[in-house]
Amino acid sequence: MIVSLAVLAGVLYACGVYLLLQRTLTRIIIGLVLLGHGANVLLLVAGGRSAAAPFGGAELIGRVSDPLPQALALTAMVITFGVTALLLTLAYRSWQLTANDEVEDDIEDRRLARRAERASEADESPSAADEVLA
Amino acid sequence: MMRSTILSTATTAVFHTAVLFSLYLLFAGHNQPGGGFAGGLVAAAALVVRYVDGGSETVRSLVRIHPMTLLGSGLVLANVTGIGAWLFGGAFLESAKWQWDAPILGVVKTTSALFFDAGVYLVVVALVLMVLRTLGEEGEPS
Amino acid sequence: MSILVALPVVLPLLAAGLSLILHRHRLAQRILSTVSVSAVLVTAVVLTVLVDHRGPQAARLGDWPATIGVTLVADRFAAMVLSVSAAMVLAVLVYAIGSPMARDTAQHFHPVYLVLTAGVAMSFLTGDLFNLFVGFEVMLTASYVLMTLGADRAQVRAAMSYVVISLVASMLFLTAVALTYAATGTVNMADLASRLTAIDPAVRHALSLLFLVVFGIKAAIFPLFFWLPDSYPTAPTPVTAIFAGLLTKGGVYAIIRTQTLLFPSSGASRLLLTVAAATMLIGVLGAIAQNDVKRILSFHIVSQIGYMIFGLALFSAAGLAATIFYIGHHIVVKTTLFLVAGLIEEREGTAALDRLGGMVRRQPLLAGLFLLSGLSLAGIPPFSGFIAKLTLVQAGVAAGTDVVVAVSLVVSLLTLFSITKIWAGVFWGEPEDAGLQVRPHPSVALPRLMVVPTVALVAISVAIAANAGSLWALSERAAAGLIDTGPYLEAVLR
Repeated sequence: MIVSLAVLAGVLYACGVYLLLQRTLTRIIIGLVLLGHGANVLLLVAGGRSAAAPFGGAELIGRVSDPLPQALALTAMVITFGVTALLLTLAYRSWQLTANDEVEDDIEDRRLARRAERASEADESPSAADEVLA
Repeated sequence: MMRSTILSTATTAVFHTAVLFSLYLLFAGHNQPGGGFAGGLVAAAALVVRYVDGGSETVRSLVRIHPMTLLGSGLVLANVTGIGAWLFGGAFLESAKWQWDAPILGVVKTTSALFFDAGVYLVVVALVLMVLRTLGEEGEPS
Repeated sequence: MSILVALPVVLPLLAAGLSLILHRHRLAQRILSTVSVSAVLVTAVVLTVLVDHRGPQAARLGDWPATIGVTLVADRFAAMVLSVSAAMVLAVLVYAIGSPMARDTAQHFHPVYLVLTAGVAMSFLTGDLFNLFVGFEVMLTASYVLMTLGADRAQVRAAMSYVVISLVASMLFLTAVALTYAATGTVNMADLASRLTAIDPAVRHALSLLFLVVFGIKAAIFPLFFWLPDSYPTAPTPVTAIFAGLLTKGGVYAIIRTQTLLFPSSGASRLLLTVAAATMLIGVLGAIAQNDVKRILSFHIVSQIGYMIFGLALFSAAGLAATIFYIGHHIVVKTTLFLVAGLIEEREGTAALDRLGGMVRRQPLLAGLFLLSGLSLAGIPPFSGFIAKLTLVQAGVAAGTDVVVAVSLVVSLLTLFSITKIWAGVFWGEPEDAGLQVRPHPSVALPRLMVVPTVALVAISVAIAANAGSLWALSERAAAGLIDTGPYLEAVLR
């Protein structure tokens, strides 16, 4: 049971990181959501063996699952819910402004790339500037 | 916007049941599965179904209060519940229990956490209403 | 007593709710925000005095026992940082209200700003790791909204990278919390302090590093700082000012709290020393390369974070005291500088150095304010920055970390150089590119509500320098509380 959950968390993390490295905003957002799910599953795994739902009195201690990680996971879920809504709004706004779903290049990065281009044009032989470009 | 008859009928059938169920979850919370957040989400889902069926106009006419006001009220209610415990000499958010014999219903147990949950319920519903307003209205033929 | 500890978190949240209800009445919103933030400031100061006399105080929410419930703890360090932060929040609020471009016209500015205040207070006061996560999230979510108030193209682009980076850090944080719970069965920091010593040292090291990375991203230390200079300058000025003063300092606070309480080290940490030196150096080199006031100042934040980490890395009473003093000084000076940058932008319509010039004649007051805080940032005597750096260098020399001390001195010089660059570009001479010059409005006086808080902050910075003796003594007592964690643990677990 716990092994399957651990594997599930691992798969969620892996997919999340993969999607996070994409250029498209929607994929990045889905990647973050998956990472959040992975972390929540991990929180549940941290609670130890699953058992009956922790409702009832103090006499059940030991026979129910640990409620604290569940409370933590619920709180984390609420936070992820709110932030995802905000991210989607931002992505929507970005799409409105640029009609494009891709993350734009950083201004500094573009400036560096242009400088490297110019350097390589001035100097035809393969140089350090090409490596910067590559 | 074309309305689907099947969806309209289904919405009419489902909406009130869902809202009632959300209220059940709100009151059952604390010692049973449920609570303000779960209840609020169910109520919000009911509103979203209404939105899908009739567009934002329907949701607007259904909830006349501005979502910001609703959000604020929820936040204030939850906070005041927490602060209330100070007035009775307890710690912040400390829960109090009351029990009384109500006619017909029998013995009713209430906790002060219920008011906190009601605040959370309002916040969740208001949040989804706000999402429907800001994201749902653009691009809709007016 | 416990009420006082919870008040800085509860009050802004309550006010945020009321502010939402009053979303149609801007005047009422303004009064409400000002009153509640002032109340938080008063509470924080009272708390500092009380905690200084009676030792750490804890508040258990819902009266649950500390190990399973939510606990808020105020020790000297937390209360001090909270007081300084609350003063900044108030000053920037007044500045934002006074801004003629009316940054607070958006109906949701005030509620979000109050939520940010609550998040900041919660991050400083929380007693367990999970609520540190919640506090950070509350603070950051509010900051995402504030950063995109204008929602123009540059802002959305910059905010996107800021939000994504912060969220990745948050997810790592959550992972770290989960792993900590799995390893120890608690998330309460006081409880963890004893339980972490019992677990496998390898696991303990891994957790320590994971937390360092998480808070390192939030604090913008090398090599995790790249998001900061990219995103901060695009936000509206009052927002950048409060971010610069508080948000990264939340990360620094968390690094100090976790490293001293959970993973205490007996001697100087080589890893942290290296990180500190690199952060100082890279930050200031970035600042020198920039050509825009706000971007230069943003890189300075990174460089200054290095100094704070330096003091922590020494793991000595003197080093920690210097760091605490440095944080107090830095929050004030950095916020002031951004407010001045905002005033420059307000007046001239740009913050690019090659389009500005000769402002010393048109705005002597502004020039004076900039000079005072700029020199303080660089660490010129007799300003507060000098005392902060002097104590830090003394602690470094005492610990035998000569290389890092040398780096810190060189960085000071370079900081002075880049401050001079702003001074020469903005206040002296004429715009380099006359064709690009924007038309200044010399006839209109600066809005009073924007000038008053800026002047007040400069006054606070001067007051820090004037009362350095007693504040240094307080910092030393706070540092002693971080090293001898006994009273802290007792207050929480009692």
